[in-house]
Amino acid sequence: MMTLSIKTTLLSATILAGLTSAASAATYMRGNDGNPETLDQHKTSTVAEANILRDLYEGLVVYTPAAEIAPGVAEEWEVTDDGLVYTFKLRDDAMWSNGDPVTAGDFVYSLQRIMTPETGAKYANILYPIQNAEAINKGEVEPSELGVKALDDKTLQITLNAATPFFIELLTHQTGLPVHPASVDAHGADFVQPGNMVSNGAYSLTSNILNDKIVLTKNANFHDADNVALEEVNYLPFEDRATCVRAWEAGEVHSCSDLPAEDIERLRGQHDAAVRVVPYLGTYYYALNHEDDTLADPEVRQALSMVIDREFLADEIFQGTMVPAESFVPPGIGNYAAGSPVTEYFDMSMLDREDKAAEILAAKGISPDSPVTIELMYNTSENHKNAATAIADMWSNLGVNVEFNVRDASAHYAHLRDKGDFDVARAGWIGDYSDPQNFLFMVESDNDGFNYANYNNAEYDGLMDQAAGETDLDKRAALLQQAEVLFMRDLPFIPLLYYSSRSLVSPDLQGWEDNIQNVHASRYLSLPQ
Amino acid sequence: MLSYALRRLLSAIPTLFIIVTAAFFMMRLAPGGPFDQERTLEATVMANLNATFGLDKPLWQQYGIYLSNLFQGDMGPSFIYRDKRVHEILAEGLPISIQLGATALILALLLGALLGSIAALRQNTKTDFAVIAVATFGITVPNFVVAPVLSLVFAVILSWLPAQGWGQWNQMLLPVIALALPQIAVVTRLIRGSMIEALRSDHVRTARAYGLPTHMVVGKHALRAAILPAISYLGPAAAALLTGSIVVEQVFNLPGIGRYFVIGALNRDYTLVMGTVVIVAVFVVVFNLIVDLLYAVLDPRVRYD
Repeated sequence: MMTLSIKTTLLSATILAGLTSAASAATYMRGNDGNPETLDQHKTSTVAEANILRDLYEGLVVYTPAAEIAPGVAEEWEVTDDGLVYTFKLRDDAMWSNGDPVTAGDFVYSLQRIMTPETGAKYANILYPIQNAEAINKGEVEPSELGVKALDDKTLQITLNAATPFFIELLTHQTGLPVHPASVDAHGADFVQPGNMVSNGAYSLTSNILNDKIVLTKNANFHDADNVALEEVNYLPFEDRATCVRAWEAGEVHSCSDLPAEDIERLRGQHDAAVRVVPYLGTYYYALNHEDDTLADPEVRQALSMVIDREFLADEIFQGTMVPAESFVPPGIGNYAAGSPVTEYFDMSMLDREDKAAEILAAKGISPDSPVTIELMYNTSENHKNAATAIADMWSNLGVNVEFNVRDASAHYAHLRDKGDFDVARAGWIGDYSDPQNFLFMVESDNDGFNYANYNNAEYDGLMDQAAGETDLDKRAALLQQAEVLFMRDLPFIPLLYYSSRSLVSPDLQGWEDNIQNVHASRYLSLPQ
Repeated sequence: MLSYALRRLLSAIPTLFIIVTAAFFMMRLAPGGPFDQERTLEATVMANLNATFGLDKPLWQQYGIYLSNLFQGDMGPSFIYRDKRVHEILAEGLPISIQLGATALILALLLGALLGSIAALRQNTKTDFAVIAVATFGITVPNFVVAPVLSLVFAVILSWLPAQGWGQWNQMLLPVIALALPQIAVVTRLIRGSMIEALRSDHVRTARAYGLPTHMVVGKHALRAAILPAISYLGPAAAALLTGSIVVEQVFNLPGIGRYFVIGALNRDYTLVMGTVVIVAVFVVVFNLIVDLLYAVLDPRVRYD
């Protein structure tokens, strides 16, 4: 006990000493998931990039500290009654870091650039709701045909293919951020390099050394610069989460963007207020191949789902950093007033669920005496392995034996993409925007990329189509809920856990609000002396 | 000796060519590609990316393009780090890896030679056993244990040194120690063995008979022979040390190039993997040559004509 208390005292002294010495108060040392693959908002795809780009640029709309949508470069907007045409009025004082005004033409240029096939934009499809976007990205139509027009310097009009109630949500994604046209024309792909980059957000890029750090400095031309407290933000990439934790404990960083699950309990014991485990917009699931002989039977799929003890997975394997999932759409999502449907077996006790599942399978001739074997495929990771082992054990009591097939992430997802043979496959989905459609669309029968289950239900597709055409948000939510009822009945995927974001935030860092999107723009944060 | 060195360097060219060719095609045998990830890409997007990076061309053509670029000093674009070309990425990280590796290497050689000689001179005494015990410990405890423990003790608990990062001299200490420890241990054991042998050899006995002081006998005559096994060990070890270590780089968050071997392979970043293969191959060839040349300098029995 003695040594423990000495250690704790030393630790807190260290943190205090470290924070004052390692970084001056106005420099925010920010741990990031890893190195960004790019700082080009049109080539981006990762969360690490989203964090940095959110500081560098301002889109038409922005997230508040609580992740609610607020006006950004657009101070107001109007939508036509049919939901097809959006007209944005841009703020007069929006400026680029070099002093140029931000114009509607800049957004036209940017949105055309992301759709141009030669850009090689990984997330171009997120903006496909814009008129002609997909055809341009396929190279069939000229970029100038895009449904984005500058009516004048400060008025931007975007026309969509069909009503898209979550279109404003889509614009919060980093792909909607503008580029400075003159810089892109002058430097080409190198416009992202320090010295070349001109940005319109709260910060501008000072230096960028791969896997070392990215330094952002406050942009004096930003329209809300008066309310930006931090003069400098240093993004430090941590491939190894334990390294970030040690750096945080040594006072060298103010926040970590992810934590190792196995260390959560100790951290909670020592720095409870700093550990932020917050529900996140994502679901961890197993896809079931509906073309497999055993899994083609919906009752078998129900039994397999019923018998999985999700509390055990969440508490024992993921150390309370994941939440047991009873639906595919995670709770707290936007545009879902109706909420996910309730599936009745989740109210039963684990013992009753096991009995019921055994009963169902016994009626199909599956029991420990006459077992079947299915193959469970997952990508390499200690946690995925532990979860798969636990689930295999739960299934074995029913007479379902599991063979594992483990590959690294690239090989795993390539196998799924190429429609390789499988029975059960692990996957996870983090929402790109806060709308149930972004989860439920995955198993529409014509969704080639994500419908790993080969789920094919005309009724489900019909409900999704109906929802897509519905502009009344409550009615739309009810339609989506009906679709999710079918989802939970037919189980193309077995939802297992909802993701949580895990951050470590220094008590010195003010303004950090926990939110489901896990977005924390540096412009709202401060480090009071 | 100069013509020997030139001949060796020339013979390295076909070796490198074979390595590059083998690595290129082996890398493509691995299932999956650089754009396969948790989020499957839209077919159109995938087609655009493949076209942007030339992956839609036949493999032999991609190989031809890669080779012709390589001869011009261009290692191609990274498939993952899209703002940089592979030679730019390596040029940023390599000096850091070399700085760390070279410091660790020199430390290993100096400390290893010192400890090994002391142990040999006091063979079968407590000092000898202590040195051997420490050296055995150093060899058996892996880097991924030593590095986090060092960081925990000296950065988190004692707060003497930074836990991570690069740029200041004190950020180098812990990683250099973590890199050097196992090497010190190996060199100590090698020197101890060869030193014991050297001390019994004729020329050392002769030196003693002439009445030379011990430090002259050991430092000038015995060590010169005793250091040879350590040199032949350190050649390949230097190639590995100077091209970085994924464990040490990740634990101390250093921007060296060691991590790219593993990250590149996992991400199927073909060009980045090829780049690291080329760098390591060149280092191995060069260091083997240096070792052979050093032998000629240190061991009068070896001559290249």
